[in-house]
Amino acid sequence: MTDPVMTATALERHYEVSSGLFRASRTLKAVAGVEFALYPGKTLAVVGESGCGKSTLARMVTMIEEPTAGSLTLDGKPVVPEDWASLRKSVQIVFQDPYGSLNPRQRIGTILEEPLKINRPDMSNTERTAKAREMLGLVGLRPEHFDRYPHMFSGGQRQRIAIARALMLDPKVLVLDEPVSALDLSIQSSVLNLLVDLQERLQLAYLFISHDLSVVKHVADEVIVMYLGRAVEKGSRDAVFATPFHPYTKALLSATPQADPRAKKERIKLDGELPSPLAIPDGCPFAPRCWKVQDKCRATRPALSGDAHSAACFFPENSPT
Amino acid sequence: MTLLHIRNLSVDFATASGQFRAVDGVDQDVNESEILAIVGESGSGKSVSMLAVMGLLPWTATVTADELTFDGQDLLTMEPRARRKIVGKDLAMIFQEPMSSLNPCFTVGWQIREALRVHLGMGRRERQARAIELFEQVGIPDPEKRLSAFPHQMSGGMNQRVMIAMAIACKPKLLIADEPTTALDVTIQAQILDLLASLRDETGMGLVLITHDMGVVAETAERVSVQYAGQKIEEQPVVPLFETPHHPYTSALLDALPERATEKRLPTIPGVVPGQFDRPAGCLFSPRCQFANAKCKAEAPRPSSIELGHARCFYPLNSNERAAS
Repeated sequence: MTDPVMTATALERHYEVSSGLFRASRTLKAVAGVEFALYPGKTLAVVGESGCGKSTLARMVTMIEEPTAGSLTLDGKPVVPEDWASLRKSVQIVFQDPYGSLNPRQRIGTILEEPLKINRPDMSNTERTAKAREMLGLVGLRPEHFDRYPHMFSGGQRQRIAIARALMLDPKVLVLDEPVSALDLSIQSSVLNLLVDLQERLQLAYLFISHDLSVVKHVADEVIVMYLGRAVEKGSRDAVFATPFHPYTKALLSATPQADPRAKKERIKLDGELPSPLAIPDGCPFAPRCWKVQDKCRATRPALSGDAHSAACFFPENSPT
Repeated sequence: MTLLHIRNLSVDFATASGQFRAVDGVDQDVNESEILAIVGESGSGKSVSMLAVMGLLPWTATVTADELTFDGQDLLTMEPRARRKIVGKDLAMIFQEPMSSLNPCFTVGWQIREALRVHLGMGRRERQARAIELFEQVGIPDPEKRLSAFPHQMSGGMNQRVMIAMAIACKPKLLIADEPTTALDVTIQAQILDLLASLRDETGMGLVLITHDMGVVAETAERVSVQYAGQKIEEQPVVPLFETPHHPYTSALLDALPERATEKRLPTIPGVVPGQFDRPAGCLFSPRCQFANAKCKAEAPRPSSIELGHARCFYPLNSNERAAS
């Protein structure tokens, strides 16, 4: 197997939250102990509900924020803030909302050339323009779009522009933060196809962040399920979707509506909502909502084993044992 | 019994660049204790047609219809004062964004009691008791305490429950839910959809579910109406719609679902929904339709028979004529 482009070990990100003038600030653990490896041409999907730390993870991977603890490596070299400036061009991000992520006052050409202007000062104007035009074709837009403004495009086209901009610096890793959830169904499929094509052609490693399990099931090779900042299950796409180990994964899968009116399935109803990330329970973070909870779960926190498909749970579902 | 009866409803907006027809000749019936889903992409006019029923459109909108009745009363000729007595009471609506639909300056308890005061004229104590009862009904834990909370102190799922509690406060006959779960997580979405379905079972109200999520439609709705670019293009009960769609758009939309994909590349629908300036002459879907011919591009199709799901198409799929041709 090829070497991973990027690895993360015991990645953590804490935030200090002030709780008043005279009280000590509390620590919010947005991400705690996440590990993964990204391989060229493969997609790692991170799924979870809002507040589970998916986006914080994306911010650390794209070197917008420094991890509180743990380490990241890119091509075998450690990612430390001193080298960020030179490493950032290898990791690019596509944001969720294509309406908010493109500058409305810039033409498409300018938007695409800007990353080159900043990171490749040696390139000449004509080289830059040529590269931008080439990229425009690669993402399925027409040459005449080069001089237009973002408002003249539909949501799907804007997302293509955002993808083109992310690819301008020939990154190795592309972080996709909910890339299709703002798009209509008929547009969503063509953007997903584009992502598949680009990955095959450029051997990109994708970190695909989404809450939509039907999309994840389609694009992912590996899946990490997160709950309250922790990875509760990881494994290959097929293993996680066919035999989820963690009760939370199982509940998440059963809650996802299926577009088949005849599929009458038992929906696992979870009571309550995510606990506040400031007051994460001592034991298993999922214990207060879990239907299989036992005293052991409340006292000690289960850990992920090193297996290819594993869940952080003492009493996993569908387990061979 | 038919609660809501709409015939040939059109809504035009006066924009700076001329008239824009957002809803074009929609017919729709909603019966008591049934769940109708209206599906469509953004810009298909699904929300606007229901806002027209509620009378909540801005002054730039012109609503025209042959018939628009709710529970036997004609909404077109009704005085605004009389209409306000119905809207919010017998005819209620849940909006998409719970965070921006609630007033941030008042506690949720105040907002829910206001509805009870205005429409039902209840006394102070009665209002409080009913508000607690409603919060229990929608599954808000610790209702007495939550009544004095402000919207920003609660999560999106809780605020959506407050919206639902407000909408059902006066026991409406018809509840219109406009994307009630789009802003919520899937586990919360499952809770809210179950809640809406169980309210329907208890009270026998009609429920109109506006959504773009085919999964939600398949699991919740009984009858489905598909809209495209302001027109209703197909209507069928939920099982046949998913199994034998008649309009090529419905069929293409279902094929584009990632969960129906058989290979890595998904089938796509080329092009985009036509906007204000690029409405085609004939069938509105013809520029994107793989079956379109010269007739489709020149002439607008009329809705076909009920057996063919009222499909606005000259050559409906899964039909005998199509098999013969």
